[in-house]
Amino acid sequence: MNGIHDLGGMHGLGPIAFDEDPAPFHHEWERRVFGMFLPIFSLGIYNLDELRHAIERMGASAYLNTSYYEHWLFAYETMLTEKGTLTRAELDARCAQIAAENC
Amino acid sequence: MSNNHSRPLSDVEIRVKALESLLVEKGLLDTAAVDALIDTYEHKVGPRNGARVVARAWLDADYKQRLLIDGTKAIAELGYTGMQGEDMVVIENTADTHNVIVCTLCSCYPWPTLGLPPTWFKSAPYRSRVVSEPRAVLQEFGLLLAETVTVQVWDSTAELRYMVLPQRPAGTEGLDEAQLAALVTRDAMIGVATVQAPVK
Repeated sequence: MNGIHDLGGMHGLGPIAFDEDPAPFHHEWERRVFGMFLPIFSLGIYNLDELRHAIERMGASAYLNTSYYEHWLFAYETMLTEKGTLTRAELDARCAQIAAENC
Repeated sequence: MSNNHSRPLSDVEIRVKALESLLVEKGLLDTAAVDALIDTYEHKVGPRNGARVVARAWLDADYKQRLLIDGTKAIAELGYTGMQGEDMVVIENTADTHNVIVCTLCSCYPWPTLGLPPTWFKSAPYRSRVVSEPRAVLQEFGLLLAETVTVQVWDSTAELRYMVLPQRPAGTEGLDEAQLAALVTRDAMIGVATVQAPVK
């Protein structure tokens, strides 16, 4: 299916931003998102194509304005709530609690 | 337990902590498993693996043939297997043809041989442009190819991962496998660079 993720040949996305730092992660949260990939996947709640499809269903502006590991985070949240492992209300409440503790 | 951070957490940091803590509480996630995966890909898997494959292929014609016929199997001979390397195709650069890899739809990358991808490989500008104007993109990487050289761009599918076998530079006769591997860079195996002989 065509979508914003199908970037090949698209114009107007700007120059390539080179990054000389060979480290795979630039923030601690990126590490955690990557590290959760296999443990969550191993629960057998979704398959890899479903996970990719969740990313492909992001809105065009959200897709282009967020980074690679934010795409993964969005996909985990989408899959786990759609499959009933977590509820959106639980996630929202926990986010609010963490925000209140760290402001 | 408030105010133990030097700055407020960003929205994305909060979402990551929320997700991880909820899954741990439900008994669905073990933080040790998260830490183990991070450690593996931060410290144990990386482009040194692919460089060893390349050096072996340069030194051993039989190995090179096996590598080009069945990349997955030949790479596994050196012990490099696992996620994102289940279906490997290795493409050889020659005097006439230069190859470069991309994943336009996602950011698929051969983890067992190259580790995790650099930020630019995952970025919209690289993914969109390398298929439509590869020579211009390669030039931005400092790689100017003669007009007579054909450029081939290889776009990953959901399962298949590519890796470039760069040309062995002249002046490296007599180097052993480890010395050759030390010359091979991540970018050369993506195809946005060539391998340079050591400066004497």
